[in-house]
Amino acid sequence: MWRGDSLFLLENLVLRDFRIRYRNMSLGVLWSLLNPLVMMGVLTFVFTVLFPNPNKQFPVFLMCGLVPLNFFSIAWITGTTSIVDSAALVKRVPLPREIVPIAAVLSNCLHLLIQILLLLFIVLVFGNRVNKQWLWLPVVWGLEILFACGLALITSTLNVYVRDTRYVVESINTVLFWLVPVFYPFEAIPHKYAEIYQLNPVAAMVLCLRAILMKAEAPYLSTLLKLASVSVCTFALGLLIFHQGKRRFYEFI
Amino acid sequence: MQILSFSGVTKCFQRHARSMLLRERLAKSLRSAPREPFYALRNVSFAVEDGESLGIIGRNGAGKSTLLNIATGLCPPDEGEVHLSGRVAALLELGSGFHPDLTGAENVRINAAMLGLTRRQVHERFDAIVEFSGVAAFINEPLRTYSSGMMMRLAFSVAVNVEPDILIIDEVLSVGDQDFAAKCLERILRLRRAGKTLICVSHSLQTLGDLCDRGLWLDHGQVMNTGPMRQVIDAYASSTIHQPAAP
Repeated sequence: MWRGDSLFLLENLVLRDFRIRYRNMSLGVLWSLLNPLVMMGVLTFVFTVLFPNPNKQFPVFLMCGLVPLNFFSIAWITGTTSIVDSAALVKRVPLPREIVPIAAVLSNCLHLLIQILLLLFIVLVFGNRVNKQWLWLPVVWGLEILFACGLALITSTLNVYVRDTRYVVESINTVLFWLVPVFYPFEAIPHKYAEIYQLNPVAAMVLCLRAILMKAEAPYLSTLLKLASVSVCTFALGLLIFHQGKRRFYEFI
Repeated sequence: MQILSFSGVTKCFQRHARSMLLRERLAKSLRSAPREPFYALRNVSFAVEDGESLGIIGRNGAGKSTLLNIATGLCPPDEGEVHLSGRVAALLELGSGFHPDLTGAENVRINAAMLGLTRRQVHERFDAIVEFSGVAAFINEPLRTYSSGMMMRLAFSVAVNVEPDILIIDEVLSVGDQDFAAKCLERILRLRRAGKTLICVSHSLQTLGDLCDRGLWLDHGQVMNTGPMRQVIDAYASSTIHQPAAP
């Protein structure tokens, strides 16, 4: 029933979120860089000075974990609360509602892009070279964004009916910092848990990044397949759940 | 050809008080008697032909906005069927998507995108929109510097420049000073002459009399009268005269 340009609307919503977020900040987008740099600094200190670590490239190792996790946590939580936060819009303007959580996730992508540039900069500073495996980067990042969109579609629907959902998501994000191999290597995980770990797209993502950027290898096919299948399935499931759930949004927000 | 038809539409709203959190939901489901729902619409049926204009009147709380919300697809009916065909521009609220930190120009683009204009159409009509609103001198200033009148004029200007097949307006006609209101009315009449369909809710009986040829009177969710606008207005006006004054 709504006829319009969905992509144009999506683009406008994403730009709008981005502009609102950064327009009133004095240093603007530079703040995107501050959080990962601080985290990297602190964790490097803890895990190389307090707990000695043989890994000479530990800051790169860390950043390969921090950047995807940072993006994922923020994108998921803003996606979760997006429908409830845009209640005025959802109740008054007949537009395709799927656009709201997807725009919320995508509006974090500009922030992400800046952090990826920081990551690549640090990778190069530590002596790694640009290699053709870097061509995998857009694929891998694309899959993570797809996964975040899928989850956001699911949790944004749930959050309308049960407002506790956002607190559950926040708790999961806190736990994820420990369950994703951010500051420990994948090899530290006992073999029996290794398969399950890789099913978590964020963990799979971190492993792929380390393979591409630090070891100049293509990511393992099995890891990549797990990442791709979980991301695509989550997105499809997200669309399905949202489609069913959105019918009664009006009465609950 | 029927552009919009309602047949036997009923809509009720459950009473939700305090049931957004899980613990409240559980408490509510363990409670014995469910609360009586509120019926916003009961067995409403009507149809709007292509090119007609329908004016909906009724007291506050009669169900007019709910009717429009169901017509535009914002919420589904509990019973009955709704059919709508054609491209709709719904002005249920002025300035949807407006944000005070963005400039007037940025807000126009986002509002236009929400109302269904494509990228090219926005590009083509942007100047006309700004010109119509009369705030061209401030279009690159943040919206929070605008007066409420300026904001309303900008919002209305975007809305009248979307040329839909069906224009649905919910009580937003009384905007701006006399000159601007006259401009808006003229623009809506131009859409009418072009054969577009109009569905309009207003408390201003005079405006409805000018704009609409058919009317629908809703009271407590039920259709009281429908027919030529004049007839419906008279029926409604005569009923309110006899209402006892509120204590």
